[in-house]
Amino acid sequence: MKTNFVMLHTVTRIVSFIILSFSVYLFFAGHNAPGGGFIGGLMMAGALVLLYVSFDMDRIKKVLPIDYTQMIGLGLIIAILTGLNSLVFGDPFLTQYFDYFQWPFMGEVELTTALPFDLGIFLVVVGVALLSILTIAEDVS
Amino acid sequence: MSLFHFVVLAPFLMAVILPFFYYKFRSIHTGWFLLPLPLVLFLYIATYIPFGGGGMEPVIYSVPWVPSLGIDFTVYIDGLSLLFGLLITGIGTLVVLYSIYYIANKQDEPLQNFYVYLLMFMGAMLGVVFSDNLIVLYVFWELTSLSSSLLIAYWFHKEKSRYGAQKSMLITVSGGFAMLAGFAMLYVIAGSTFSIQEMISQAGTMVQDPLILPAMLLVLAGAFTKSAQFPFHIWLPDAMEAPTPVSAYLHSATMVKAGIYLVARTTPIFGLTQQWFWILVIFGLVTLTWGSISAVRQTDLKGILAFSTVSQLGLIMSLLGMASAALHFEYVDQDTMYVTAAMAAVFHLINHATFKGSLFMAVGIIDHETGTRDVRLLGGLMTIMPVTFTISLIGLAAMAGLPPFNGFLSKELFFTASLNAASFDIFNLQTLGFIIPVFAWIASVFTFVYSMMMFLRTFTGAFKPDNYEKHVHEAPWGLLISPIVLGSLVILFGLFPNMLAYTIIEPAMQSILPGLTSVGDQFYVNIYHWHGINAELLMTIGVVLFGLAVALTLPKLYGAGFFQRERDPLNAVYDTGLDQLVVQSQNITKAQMTGRLRDYMLYMGVFIAGLGLFTLFRYDALAISLEGQGGIPIYVWLVTGVLLACTLALPFVSGRMTNLILLGAVGFLIALLFVILRAPDLALTQLLVETVMVVLILLSFRHLPEMTKESKRLLSTSAKAVVSIAVGTFVTLTALSVHAYRSGADITPISDYFVENSKTLAGGYNMVNVILVDFRGLDTLLEVLVLGVAALGIVTMIKLRMRGGEDV
Repeated sequence: MKTNFVMLHTVTRIVSFIILSFSVYLFFAGHNAPGGGFIGGLMMAGALVLLYVSFDMDRIKKVLPIDYTQMIGLGLIIAILTGLNSLVFGDPFLTQYFDYFQWPFMGEVELTTALPFDLGIFLVVVGVALLSILTIAEDVS
Repeated sequence: MSLFHFVVLAPFLMAVILPFFYYKFRSIHTGWFLLPLPLVLFLYIATYIPFGGGGMEPVIYSVPWVPSLGIDFTVYIDGLSLLFGLLITGIGTLVVLYSIYYIANKQDEPLQNFYVYLLMFMGAMLGVVFSDNLIVLYVFWELTSLSSSLLIAYWFHKEKSRYGAQKSMLITVSGGFAMLAGFAMLYVIAGSTFSIQEMISQAGTMVQDPLILPAMLLVLAGAFTKSAQFPFHIWLPDAMEAPTPVSAYLHSATMVKAGIYLVARTTPIFGLTQQWFWILVIFGLVTLTWGSISAVRQTDLKGILAFSTVSQLGLIMSLLGMASAALHFEYVDQDTMYVTAAMAAVFHLINHATFKGSLFMAVGIIDHETGTRDVRLLGGLMTIMPVTFTISLIGLAAMAGLPPFNGFLSKELFFTASLNAASFDIFNLQTLGFIIPVFAWIASVFTFVYSMMMFLRTFTGAFKPDNYEKHVHEAPWGLLISPIVLGSLVILFGLFPNMLAYTIIEPAMQSILPGLTSVGDQFYVNIYHWHGINAELLMTIGVVLFGLAVALTLPKLYGAGFFQRERDPLNAVYDTGLDQLVVQSQNITKAQMTGRLRDYMLYMGVFIAGLGLFTLFRYDALAISLEGQGGIPIYVWLVTGVLLACTLALPFVSGRMTNLILLGAVGFLIALLFVILRAPDLALTQLLVETVMVVLILLSFRHLPEMTKESKRLLSTSAKAVVSIAVGTFVTLTALSVHAYRSGADITPISDYFVENSKTLAGGYNMVNVILVDFRGLDTLLEVLVLGVAALGIVTMIKLRMRGGEDV
């Protein structure tokens, strides 16, 4: 019998985008409200896993040709580079800076070097979660 | 950065660009591009020689490296470092020239590797001798071990090369490690400085410290392994698998003298103790004798030279030991009795580098032109290779201690020093001192014997063309230049030793024995051949007569057992040690790595509970106080109650599915608790982790094996229950104690700091996130690193598919 997943697919299409944008929100909100790279990363991993679960794996792989091993490496490199950044200014490794800027339309915006560091964490978390899940799922034996 | 810092750094910089020359100019031998470097360095360092003879003022240049830890890249140029610097660059130039003809520029010859390693060594060795900071010295020291090992393994397709490389690496690096511990102790004793010169200035108080003896032994472990002192000398003969230019350079002239250098350098500190004298003298003399006796039974020419190097290093080491006695006497004007040993050590160091360097090169030539180094095959080369023969004759005569070569002079000085030492009235030398000249004489006899044998078996006798695979002829001039230069130096220093007296030897003596002369004054150095008929001369005559007798009777004894066992018996210790190291560590691993997750959890539980409870009671940190507790609402009781019930039920249910559901309930209830306790970040994280976990567990569910009763187990169920309860008790007690201390109000909780500074210092209102990315960013970085490594572990485990039973 051929099963039909119309309901699941339709819901997933809508829900996954909500979760994905929520994860991005969580990531940016992190500095001043609950959220951050770790939580945002897990949320994004959840959304991606939902996609992999409801559609078949090959299709998602075609749509999102991401190598999660490289994602982990990229995340680590970003995190380390933001740490090295402070050495240039003569401060200890991983000193973070922040300042407030006036932007048109957006008013005062706080920019921190912690954000790219958090991006690194985000990428590693997504990479680790999906790499381990996909590796186990692909294991056929 | 002074210009002199670049003397040390230049070889490293050259090493970076040299491979480009190799690939760009493939038809030209890479060595030619390298050759000018050591020559220029030699000439530059030579400008520091005090040619006027007015004594040498040490020069010091410093560049901060890690100032917070007291680590500076300080270059210190005095007599001792100058001497070594000249040896390294001077012999280096000759060796590079020699290697150009020795290692042919063939298509598959990785010349760029060879020269990069050689440059690495040269820079590291210069770094060792010019650094005043012990940590910098250590870094360069290990770099010499590393480059030496790489050079030994240059022809790595040969089994023996790899064996020799591993052996030298293991022995010298473990010695170096001990030395690092010794340096750390010196740092403590000297009151937080790594500078050798600062230590020397307070040596008098340092030797009062009880730590000085362990520090000394550890530093000596480094020096003895590096300088191949008994019983660590076994790596040197196996290092002879390296190409001959390397043997001539690293394993006779320079690297093995790093230990000598370190001993000489630290003599002003450690020399004030009696143990230093005896350890150096005894180990030196044993090495000297053992090496010279072992050399006699070698059949490989390089093997003879290797053991000969071992024994000569022992000689210099014992001389340095004797030299330290001078620190215990007030220096009497013009009286050279106490400082003869230091003079002999420095002079012999130079002489050994010249004659042993030329001999190694001569042996390399013989190997290159005949295809063998086996003395049983060689013979009658005197007329076929006349130039090589002359070089060898000069080198061997110097090594055996015959006039008019420089070896004779330093050997006479050695005898004088040993006779002097026997007459000192300190350290029980009156009773025990006589063994020093006795050992010196015996070892000299054997030195004479192996020199004779090398000469007789290689150059005299009948020439048998059948023994060789190639047509034997004299070497090309390129190969001969370097040994000729060194051989000429042997004669030059032999005839005019005093050209070195106040330029090289006296400044070096000032470094070994500082503060013995009044300021501006100098040691009296005058070396000459004829002292009249005295004890030393009679000893030398005895050596020659007795040695000749032994050398001429030996050929009848080649069948004896002594000559059959060519390998040093101490190798057995190393070989079994290495084998056992592998076997035993495998056993330990197998004993603890059972492959069962529950056993690992057990280890962790026992360790956490044991350490935690021990600390709680040992430091009297246990305190229980419930004051300051808010009221607990009824729904918290309810949630906690369900949480407890789920947890307690876990061990008693049998199905895996039920287990999972209970675990999930525990996870979500904890998330709920976080919500109640107003920790939104934690709650969110917990929920998300639980969600992702569900997928993971569902995926791996079908791979899980049947739940079976354990067949073997470490502990009974009740014992495991005890461990679990202990862990739980520890956590509870810790939480209660933390609460008690906090309400006691004499400790400010660390969270206050974060509450106050989260906005001002890091510009964020979410304290948890600010801690994660800013205050404790390094922790987070390392945590994600661990996560990444764990993910890679999962991938490798699944992709590799071990079947069990493999030894990982």
